[in-house]
Amino acid sequence: MSGGFARHRRSGRVIANFTGFEADLLRSLASQLVELLRNEAAVPRDDVDPFEAMMDFSGPTSEPEDPVLARLFPTAYPGDDESAAEFRRFTEGSLRDGKAAAACTLIDSLEEAGLPPELTEEGLMIDVELDEPTAETWLRSFTDVRLALATRLGVEEGDEDVWHALPDDDPRAQAHDIYEWVGYLQETLVDALSA
Amino acid sequence: MCHDGTVSAASPVEVEPTTTPDEITLPAVPWVTIVWNDPVNLMSYVTYVFQKYFGYARKKAEKLMMEVHEDGKSVVSTGSREEMERDVQAMHEYGLWATLERSE
Repeated sequence: MSGGFARHRRSGRVIANFTGFEADLLRSLASQLVELLRNEAAVPRDDVDPFEAMMDFSGPTSEPEDPVLARLFPTAYPGDDESAAEFRRFTEGSLRDGKAAAACTLIDSLEEAGLPPELTEEGLMIDVELDEPTAETWLRSFTDVRLALATRLGVEEGDEDVWHALPDDDPRAQAHDIYEWVGYLQETLVDALSA
Repeated sequence: MCHDGTVSAASPVEVEPTTTPDEITLPAVPWVTIVWNDPVNLMSYVTYVFQKYFGYARKKAEKLMMEVHEDGKSVVSTGSREEMERDVQAMHEYGLWATLERSE
């Protein structure tokens, strides 16, 4: 299993070694994020003048229906629907693009490091070497992946025992293991970037 | 999937300030950015974001992170409404749960 990220002393680059399976898993998580970010249509507001609503296609104004997207793009003004809608209209589009681009950077780094489109070879190792801006992009994308997994799983504060008590073959236990693994990778990446 | 269209990088969006005459004549009311606790974000990551984005020293970043963790929320920056909208957008980029409101 990957020992996580470390800072290469001489070059200052951030490095990590993954098994082919791990790299493929990370790519798959990032790809799902890209699909979710690109696919759910921006929901138009229905509480405004119909003509005005029709002529205003600059950006979404209501909270996304999907709980993962609602967590990735939270309401900025909890008690003020109008300001919240305006904020969302001006920011959600570029936030979505930024998060999708970050996930794509992660996929590109893995493929440039030798991850083939289809993983067939056994014993393949993927060594990634990231400059600082790219490593920070990975860091942000790990957050998005973890938020997505945690929202789907219904992770709550201090509930580790509940997850660990599930039988190994429970799909939720497996998904939670992956969530914890990405958390572990993120922890080592924060350390490497802070060093 | 990543290359079948143009991928535009996130760019800060100019947000038109919504000023009413009252707000123009009165002294500017400061606004605050609040970061809320969530069960997902790592303590080390939250500290890292506060240092990196706000330029806070490690000690201050850790203090704010602990407030988020223990009190459920923390005021992480103060300023004009436009500045706070920028900060909230940046926190959302980093995946932190942030809101803004008028300072009490």
